[in-house]
This record gives sequence, structure tokens and C-alpha cells, in this order.
Amino acid sequence: MDQAKCTSCGECAKVCPVSTTNEYNELLDFRKAIFKQYPQAIPGAFGISKHGTAPCKATCPAHVSIQGFVALINDGRYDEALKLFKEEHPFPGICGRVCHHPCEGECTRAQVDTPLAVRELHRFLGDYEREKGEFYLPEIKAEKRSEKVAIIGSGPAGVTAAYSLLQEGYQVTIFEKQDEPGGMMRYGIPEYRLPRDILAGEIKVVQDLGAELKCGVTFGKDVTLESLKQDGYSAVFLAIGLHNGRKLGIENEDIEGVLQGVSFLRDAAMGKKVELGREVVVVGGGNVAVDVAQTAKRLGAENVTLICLERRDEMPAWEYEIIEALEDDIKIVNSFGPRNFFIDKDKQRVSGIEFNSCSRVFDENGRFNPQFDESVCQTFHCDTVIVAIGQSANLDGIKDQGIAISRPGGLEADSVTLQTPIDWVFAGGDAFYGPKSVVDAVACGKEAAISIHRYINNMDLREGRDTTWEFVRPDIENEEKKDRVKVECLHPNARAGNFLEVASGYDEDAAKLEANRCLSCGLCSECYQCVDACLAGAIDHSMVAQDKDITVGSVVLATGARPYDPTPLSELYLYKQNPNVLTSLEFERMLSSGGPTMGHLVRPSDHEEPKKIAWLQCIGSRDTNKCGNTYCSSVCCMYAIKDAMIAKEHAGGDLDAAIFYMDIRSFGKDYEMYYDRARNREGIRFVKARIHSVIENPENRNLILRFADENGAIVEEEFDMLVLSVGLEVTESSLEMAARLGVNVNKHKFIESEPFTPLATSRPGVFTCGTFQGPKDIPSSVTEASAAAGLAGCQIAEARGTDTKTLVIPEEIDISGQEPRVGVFICNCGTNIAGVVDVPGLQEYAATLPGVVFTDNNLFTCSQDTQGKIKDKILEEKLNRVVVASCSPKTHAPMFMETLEACGLNRYLFEMANIRNQDSWVHANNPELATAKAKDLVRMAVARAITLKPLHGKVIPVNKRALVVGGGIAGMNAALDLSRQGFESTLLEKKSELGGMGRTLHHTIEGADIRSYVGQLSDQVISDEKITVLTDSEIVDFEGFQGNFKTVVRANGQEQPQEIQHGVIIVATGAGEYTPKEFLYGEDNRVLTQTQLGDRLEEKGAADLDSVVMIQCVGSRNDERPNCSRICCQSAVKNALAIKKSNPDTQVYILYRDMRMYGLLEDYYTEARRQGVIFVRYQKDNPPVAEPSDEGILVTVKDHVLQRDIEIRSDILALSAGVQPIGSEEIGRKMKLNANSEGYFLEAHVKLRPVDMASDGVFLCGTAHGPKLISETIVQANAAASRAVTFLSKDQIKLSAIKAQVFPDHCVKCLTCVRSCPFEVPQFNAEAGEIVIDPALCQGCGVCACVCPRQTINLNNYEDDQITCEIETLLAGGM
Amino acid sequence: MGFDTNRKSGSVMVVGAGIAGMQASLDLAESGYHVYLVEKSAAIGGVMSQLDKTFPTNDCAM
Repeated sequence: MDQAKCTSCGECAKVCPVSTTNEYNELLDFRKAIFKQYPQAIPGAFGISKHGTAPCKATCPAHVSIQGFVALINDGRYDEALKLFKEEHPFPGICGRVCHHPCEGECTRAQVDTPLAVRELHRFLGDYEREKGEFYLPEIKAEKRSEKVAIIGSGPAGVTAAYSLLQEGYQVTIFEKQDEPGGMMRYGIPEYRLPRDILAGEIKVVQDLGAELKCGVTFGKDVTLESLKQDGYSAVFLAIGLHNGRKLGIENEDIEGVLQGVSFLRDAAMGKKVELGREVVVVGGGNVAVDVAQTAKRLGAENVTLICLERRDEMPAWEYEIIEALEDDIKIVNSFGPRNFFIDKDKQRVSGIEFNSCSRVFDENGRFNPQFDESVCQTFHCDTVIVAIGQSANLDGIKDQGIAISRPGGLEADSVTLQTPIDWVFAGGDAFYGPKSVVDAVACGKEAAISIHRYINNMDLREGRDTTWEFVRPDIENEEKKDRVKVECLHPNARAGNFLEVASGYDEDAAKLEANRCLSCGLCSECYQCVDACLAGAIDHSMVAQDKDITVGSVVLATGARPYDPTPLSELYLYKQNPNVLTSLEFERMLSSGGPTMGHLVRPSDHEEPKKIAWLQCIGSRDTNKCGNTYCSSVCCMYAIKDAMIAKEHAGGDLDAAIFYMDIRSFGKDYEMYYDRARNREGIRFVKARIHSVIENPENRNLILRFADENGAIVEEEFDMLVLSVGLEVTESSLEMAARLGVNVNKHKFIESEPFTPLATSRPGVFTCGTFQGPKDIPSSVTEASAAAGLAGCQIAEARGTDTKTLVIPEEIDISGQEPRVGVFICNCGTNIAGVVDVPGLQEYAATLPGVVFTDNNLFTCSQDTQGKIKDKILEEKLNRVVVASCSPKTHAPMFMETLEACGLNRYLFEMANIRNQDSWVHANNPELATAKAKDLVRMAVARAITLKPLHGKVIPVNKRALVVGGGIAGMNAALDLSRQGFESTLLEKKSELGGMGRTLHHTIEGADIRSYVGQLSDQVISDEKITVLTDSEIVDFEGFQGNFKTVVRANGQEQPQEIQHGVIIVATGAGEYTPKEFLYGEDNRVLTQTQLGDRLEEKGAADLDSVVMIQCVGSRNDERPNCSRICCQSAVKNALAIKKSNPDTQVYILYRDMRMYGLLEDYYTEARRQGVIFVRYQKDNPPVAEPSDEGILVTVKDHVLQRDIEIRSDILALSAGVQPIGSEEIGRKMKLNANSEGYFLEAHVKLRPVDMASDGVFLCGTAHGPKLISETIVQANAAASRAVTFLSKDQIKLSAIKAQVFPDHCVKCLTCVRSCPFEVPQFNAEAGEIVIDPALCQGCGVCACVCPRQTINLNNYEDDQITCEIETLLAGGM
Repeated sequence: MGFDTNRKSGSVMVVGAGIAGMQASLDLAESGYHVYLVEKSAAIGGVMSQLDKTFPTNDCAM
């Protein structure tokens, strides 16, 4: 598919006969072989799924698109199927009867059951054509040519050569020795196999195409090479066939009553009377012998015996012909070779034949070398012997003309080009290569035509003709068996003594049924229907994949992970066994309006709306024994909650949605509130249980879950549907790619990385991001993507801008003072618009509108060539306004506006009328109304276009310095990345030393040394010339906008504040540990936070500790601070493992609500359990109680398994105190930054802009955004720097020209605009006494223009008259 | 394949055009680097394009 030409109109998919399962909808529905992945897909072009050539097409000597015509038959499109067949082969009916169908031998269906009846299917096409009474003639595309070609012989090779040459425009004469055309098809194949009218009909096609057919002309006698030359023929094709027999070479063979098979068949075909007598012996085991035997029988011989050298299983004749012969009461005697004839001396005629037993026909090398046993002979008495052991060419009159003869006695020619030693003479068919089938002759005839065409045009005869045909096979595992549709044959009694056709063909139903058995090996069937349907000419089936070498400075691997395929667990969960069991992604497609049920939530088994759905968590995750993916996939809890909520929304509320889980891991920013909402407000049930088994209720296909409830009792519950919350898994193809690139993966198959360089791979210069790095959600993936982009850029910063292209925009045409000259371009959109709206009529109408000086209509106005046309017309016709009547401006206006700009016309002098989405699509059933509406829309667009003015967006310069606020791990990494990308920054730290929270920690859970990392980082920052570090600093004042900020800072104890000018801000102010008020903290020194415990363990180890209790969620997930602090579970496990390492005898108890050891952290959770750390779950509403005692702290907690309170004595009670932002309120106030209710700064968009803040040019990273691990902080810092670079690498920013403007003269300073603006842009400037709207900040939404009671605010491009003129024009149109 | 060792390439290849690959490409291009975004399937978007809604905002994945 040529992406530049494809207009995504979809006509191709409408005509494609091949359907396949739709990957996009997780195989729940079907798509065509030519397809667009999903309606909004980018690139918008369609593509073809073509695995390769099907075995049938590759094997067919004529390379007919067999899969293609079969697919078209299956689709009921017989004319198209016939046309496709006849593109490669002129004889659908003939070959439909006599072909030896090598295609069936390779048919993939044969590996499932029996091959597809390909021959019968094209016979059906031949019969269809005959019944229609009108034969399809291929279109002669070439110009008529003056050159003449002579073809000697009207057999299949000759006729096919003529058929091809005629299509090339040549004048063709076929010379035939016999009275009727067809060669062996006429005189060798008996009529009961190939009726004469079928043959004549298909040969007549070449005459209808313009060939001259001269019968009764003998080559070598009536015409010669010399006479042909004299008659002006440019080339000759000799296709004379093999019309003589071969002799046995035994005595008395010439006596009366001994006939040659081919001569006998010819005489029979001519209707000559042949005396056979009662007893006939046929010698030979090939197809000719069988035909001879059957013909002899039909001509009245009483007993026909076929005797051959070969064993029954060695006989060269086709099996079905042998069976037919046996049915016709022909006796077959195997393994005998003729020895001598018996002669009736009186009659001087044969009376019998004696045979020797043949012990072996072929030698070890497979060569024909019969061995006889002279001691065993058998005599057969008969009236006639017919010898049918082979064929030879009749070379009378050939040799004399100097035509070369090959050693076996045929014509000599080049095996590829078919050229004989006489350069203008070509040879083919049986006379060239020996006896073969009709289809071989067809193939040879096509090759001869190619050679002759090239010869006449002085082209290389050999070039590009060594094609080898490779084919592909689909996976046939689980392929359903389908019986081959049988063909009816005349009963032996009904065919005895006559030449009626034995086999009848398929009728329409049978043909469609049989065609449906095709397995679509190549997927695309190469039926070429799409080529005809594509008006844009975008499809080229000869395109092949190409290898390209590309030089790059760095690589980012983002191939992601796929949902786990739970098929291996089918026994347990009945996935694929019960249709009501879906994976979460399948369920997601069911919920989608673009999905298989258009978003209607129904059970797949009966399409009933489900009343109860269960979600099973951790399928393919946290699973050591079943699938081996021991990690947590991090996203499944959240998406299950989401799907449950959406499902309830779809079902209208009365759906019972239950999630069966181990731990709910809603650890992301504000995710806990989402979980709370699902549980408390939406009524989703959360059941902490792992499923023991699933059984199907045979009555209704419901699913019965068996599980142990919280008290350990076994419970059963029945659901309508089951959703498996499948985890994420790296695909095999990603692993292969990683191996090819020399990038290491870890034991979970995610990319191997280190805690302080989480996105660097084992190969320098190659970075990773997204779920290939590790399981994660969308916001984290997007953050990592920006980070990886930044790291990739750091590597090649000095080459920035060297490989990019700059768009050159010509100087703008001044249109001031000009009368409007509107050009209207109307789009047909293929048939999308033109199929409904009368486009020529619309164009005519547009031409009458005031101001319009030019109109045009285009097949696709959005295509590249039309853009060129529009540019030309703007200049030629001096257009100063352009209207395009086509589709939606949302998708296409920017492109057309660029076209205007590219030829110097201001981009705002453009207007669109949406006559597709809002007209032809919605009024498809009422063309008249649609045309009238299109006229209205175009009239309105033209009226508005006339009022448009050229506009220019403000250009603002970008200060290239950054301000980084916060000198912790996040801020330092951000500043260093900026420096690597070549940008200077000022790093503000309020303390006297860089490092932040990182200075209070010791090791990561992986064991990496945090303190030394922070030390190195601050050394690098301090020694970096591009970074100015200001410690002990405080922000005094702040103002400005993107690209132009001013911050006043007092630093390093100096009285005098300094002003810093900068273009961007990176906020990295961090967070700290919550100071607990609970559990005796601050009252008893045996109660510590996890950070304090870390210090203690680092200092003294755990040798003196008998028992440590840890309590999770202290200061998190409560009413005051509802969110999860994300890192405390791993802090607890990290310290627990450190204790166990220091003193394995110390008892460690972790009292938790949900262990949120997400991603690969799960391994440490498993390890902690393995080392004997005891995990006790408690409920939020029944927290543990701590009491001091002399022996230690006594902690009481209710154990769910035991269903009673237990008391634990501890030497240390460690509290997993949550994370708390520090100082964000003050910074936020000074720098006008928004934070959430817990004090974490807000990103502009959770998923799309996770490190951008709402104000342009301000970025966010680290724990100031929300709790996170050090590795996550580093990634976010990389990301914030990367996003800042997208800004800093530009010299200036061009703002949109669509901005609000105040006209102060009429303004009464009512401040309505100030109050209404959602972005707080309009300000009252007290000095000037005016309302000011800063265009750098205005978002162009138009709210102020609407609310202004004095109508003194204008929104550019949407001024009042620019809108009202449309309404006036519409109403004036005579409604 | 020949490398010009004297000159650093100003281009980056991003393999995979899911949400991560797309975002990485956009940021690189916006920062002045030429990007080759390589995707196995016929369209960009990856798994995210198959999602109906996304947590925690429940807005449309498209």
C-alpha cells in the first residue's frame, strides 16, 4: 500500500473476500485481509496482511491465483473469480475437467483432512461462464501492433501463447493440421472426459480476441518457415504436440489388429469406424492406455484387458481414472511385459499376445529398467491389441526445414526462453518437453509469449525469469475438519457404450461449500479486487519488505509487554473452554464502543446481559508454581477496579461485580481514592480469596467458583461471567530482538537495569522505557518515555539539529485592499461524499456564490497531489481565501492551513465545510436532502471565509537557562541532564548541603549504596560548569511566563537577593517522612520509624533483638491522608531482611493491610516469607494496639486466620510512617503552582503530561509529585529535564493567533472576564486602569468574549460578524 | 554498514510505537533530533489503543 496515496476511504476492505480474526479486538470478531487496525489508526492508510504465496498458486504451473478465485467463489462473486482465473489461464472449464491438479497435492487442507477440490471449483467457473452464455474476454490494454506471430498447432500451448500475445496487441495466426482446433485436447482426450462443446467454447475466446485460426494447414507442406517469413511474420511458435505413438519393438508389431493408442484415440475422436472385435488387449499403464481401454469399451469391445509392466501402485495413470476404468469393467493385469504376438495365419491378423512376468520396472536409481522372469509367461487371446506405451512427435516436414531436433526426438530449444537455434523460432509444449498435462502446456504457452514479445522488442529474453515460487502455510493446529464436497458421476451402466460426460460439476451451493474449506494460506488471496476498487491507485501487490540500514546515535527500546495468555491454565479457569471466561483485555474490548459488541456488555455464550461478574486477580503474576511469573504486574488491581466500575456503568447499576484478590495494590498517586470510591461508592465487592477451582454449570454455562473465605471455610458462588486479570509478560519477539541487539534481560525477561540507572541497558547508547523495562502503568510509562528520550539526547547533544529538516515558509502575500477571491475545493472522498451528494451540482452551485472565483472537485482533496494542485491554483487564480468542502476540520484543517502557508497565503484565510461527517454519512439515504444541505454548508463557509483576516501569532523568545528548585536526588539529576544536553541551570537548595532525603537513607532494597551515590551526584553537580548551585536559598519573588521567567532568590546567607532570569522551571522540592502520633511514637524510645530502624540496623545490627514488630500504613490510607505512601511496604521488607541477615533468630512480624510489593519487588516479599518473617493482616477499622511494658512493647492484633487476638512482645516497634510533602504550600504560593489536597504538586495531565505542570514551561519531578522510590525519582528527573529540553532547544515560541483582545475604550472594568476565565488570564492593571489579557497566557477558549456585557472583547478569527454571517447566510438561503 | 566515526549522528531510533515509544519520539523530535519510530504492526498506539478507558481518570484511551 502506498501510504501517500491511500486516503483511508475503505473501499478496498469492502471488496476483499478474505476474513480473518481481528487482533485488535483480541480475536473476538473478524476483519478483512486488507484492513486498518482501528478507525482512528495512524498512519491512516490501510495495509494488507499477506503472509506469502499460497502453496496452490506456487505449485500451479500456470500460477493461477487459486486462493483468490476460491475466496471470491466463497464470497459469491463468480464473475470476479472467473476474471481472476482467466488472467493467468484461458481454460477454466477444460482444465476443470482434465487437470492433474498438482495444487491439490500441496494443499494445506490435505494435512487436516482432504485437499480442496480446486479443479472442481474452476470447472464450476467454466460451467458458470457457459451457462451465462457470454465468455469473458480479457481486456486488451496494449495498443494494437503491426507485428504478426505465427503459431503452429492449436493445442493448449499454442492457444495460450496466442491468448497472451493478443493481449499484448500482436496479430496472431494459428495454423492447425487437423480439421478442428484443440490438438491433443481434441484428438487425444476422449469426449466423455472433455465434451467437445466445452473445448470449442474456450478455444473460440482467442478467435474473439482477434486470432486468425487456419485449420487443415500442414506445417512443412502448406506453410514453411520461409513462407511465413515472406508473409511478414516476425516470430513463430512451434507447439506441434506428440501425435505419434511408440512401438514395443517386438516382432510382428505391424500386423493387422495391432494399433497405436494415440492413433486409435484420434480415429475415435474423428468418428472413424474402427474394427476392434470382441476381445481387446491394451498394453500400457498410463493415462493414454486407460483412455484407450475405456474408449475401446465404449466402442463395443466386449472384454478389454489392460496389461502393464508396473505394479498396481506404480501405474503412472491417475488413480481416479484407474478406478473409473475398473468401474467400466476393464480388467487390469499388472506386472507383465509383452513378449510376442500370436498371429492368425488365415486372417493375417493378430490373435493374441504373450507376456513375461515383470519382476521389477525401476532400478535402484529410479530409472526405467524392467527386469523379466522368462520362466513365467501368460498368453492372452484377443482380436485387437492397442499399444499405448508412449508418444512421439511427428517430425515430417520439420527436419527438412533445418529445425533442430533434440536427442529424445523432440524439438530443441532453450529451457528458459524456448528459443530454438533459429532466433525467430520458438518451441514449446509436449513436442518440446515430452508428454505432460494441459496446465503445463498453458504455463509453457505463457512463457513463449513473453519470449516472443521480448524478442520482437529487442529485449533481454532471460532477465528476471529465474523466479522460484516459495509458499507459506498457516498454523493448522485445532483446525476443524470439513468433508470435501463430492462430485456426482454417471453410473457405469449409464455411461456404457456412449461418450456422455462422466463427471458432473458442482452447483452453486456445492461450490460455495467447498470453497469455504480453503484455509487461506497466504491470508491475502491475491485476488486483486482491492486494486480495482482503489480509485486512488494506492495498492501494489508486487511490493515486498525491504531491509534498510539506518545510522543513529542512540536507540530507545519500547517494545513493551503483552497481556499474559492464560491458555495454559485453561484446565483450572476454563478459559477457551467456556466462552464466558475472558481475559481482561478481551473484556476491555467488549466494553469498547469500537469492540465486537459495540460496547454492549453481553455474555458471549448467549448474548444475555450478565448480572454477576467475577474478576480473578494475579493470573499470570505472583505465581510460582503454575506459570512461573513470580513478579507482580503492577497494573491489574487498578484495571480490574476500573473495568468493574465501567461494567457497572454499562449494566445500569444492577450488576454485581466482585474482585477476588490477594492484596489490592493501588499504590499510585491518588489511586487509593479510586479504590475507596469503587468499594464505598460504586459497590464493587472485594473478596480476599484465591480461587480453588472453577466449574461450569451445564444448565446455563455459568461459572461456579470454589474458594476459601477469610475464615477458612470453603464457599461456592456462581457467576455469569469470569474475567481473568492477566498480568504483563515480555514477548518472545522482544526477547529475540534484545538478544540480537546484545541487550541483557533479567530472570523475569524484563530489561536488566541498575537501581540508579533504571533506563540504561547493558549496551551503552541503548535505553529502554515502558513495560519492557518492567511492569508498570501508563503514567509511569509516559514518564519513562520522556526520560529515555532525554537520556538518548544526552548522548548526542552536540549533533542536535544536524539531521532534522527545517520547513522553509515563503514570504507572506499581502492581501490588504484586495477584493475577496475565494477558491472552493470540493472533495468526492472517493465515493464517501460523491456516492450521496451531487458533487458536480454542488460545484456548479459554489461557482455562483458571491466572492467565489474558482471551483474544483477532487477525488481526495487531502491527497498529496491535490495539495500541489491547491497551491498552483492559489497562485494562478490569485486566490485570497480558500474553502475546502470535505470532512472534519478537527483532523484536516491543520494540513490545509499548512498548504496555504506553503505558498505564502496566511494560514487563517481558510475555512472548511464538513459535508462528509455531518452530511453524506448521516443522510446517506436521502441524497437530495444531502445535496441541499451541502449547498447550505458551502454557502455558509464561503460567507465566513470572506470575513476572515490574516492573523499572526505572537512570537516570544526563549531564555535558555533553567531554574531547578530542590537539590535532592531529583533536582541534581535534572540539572545534570540539562547540562549534558548543553543547557545551563541554577539549582536552588534550601538547606546548606545538597542531597535532600537521600542523605538519610542507607541502601536500596537491591543493596545499592544510597549515600555514596548521593555523594558522587553532588560532587558532579558542584563541579559542573553549567550548574550554579545556590544553597541556603529562599525564593523571594517570582514572575513571568513560559520562556521568560524572573525569580528573585536570597541565598548562602547573603542579605542581597539576586534575580535569576530563566526560560523553564523544574520543581523538585521533595517530601519527608511523616512523624507518627500513633503507637507510642515519641513516648517510648523503643518505637521507631522505618528510617530510624534503618539507622539503628546500620549502626548496631540486630544481634541484640529477639523480636521486632512492624506496623504498616501509619499515617497513610486513613481518613486524614487517604492515599498510599507507596514505599513503606518495601521499606519494611528491606529492614526485615536486614534484620534476618544480621540475626536470623530475631522474630520479625509485619502487621499489614495489603502488602504492596509491586513489580519486581514481589521477589523480596517472597524472600522475606521464606526467611520466616511473619506477615499478619489487620483491618483498617481494627488496628493493632501497642502497650509499653518492661519486657518490651506489647502489640495486640486480631489474626484473621485464627479469628482471635494475638499479643506479640517486641524489642522494637517499627512504624512504617508514610511520606509527607514538605514546603510545597509555600513554594506553590510563591510560584503559583497547584497541589492536591495532600500537598503534592499537580501534573498537567496524569497520563499525557505526567511531569508537566499546568503552566507552560514548568516541570515536576521527585517526591514533590508523590511518594516514590529512588529509581522512580531518577526516572522522573530525567523526564522533567527531557521535557524542559523540548522547550529550551527552541529559540522562540510561536503562539497561536487565536487570542482574546480587549478594546479598552468601551470597557467598564466590570471584571466579569476576570471572574470567568478558567485560566485566570485577564488581570486588572491598576496603573493603567485597564483590563489586560496577556496573549502569552491566553488559551483562546473565548469564554471572556462571550460573557463580556459590553461586547468589548474580541476573540481573533471568531469575531462576532465572523460567526453571525454564517447564520445570516443560512437563513437567507430561503429556509 | 559504514559508520562515520568523526561525526555523531543526530538521529535516534525508537523501537515500538506504543504509548512509551510515541512519547519518546515526540520528545526527541521536539528537542531537535531526527527520529526513526519503528513499529511492527500497521498502526502506532500499542496495547493502550486497545483499552477502552484508563485509570484513574476513566477517560477514553484514544
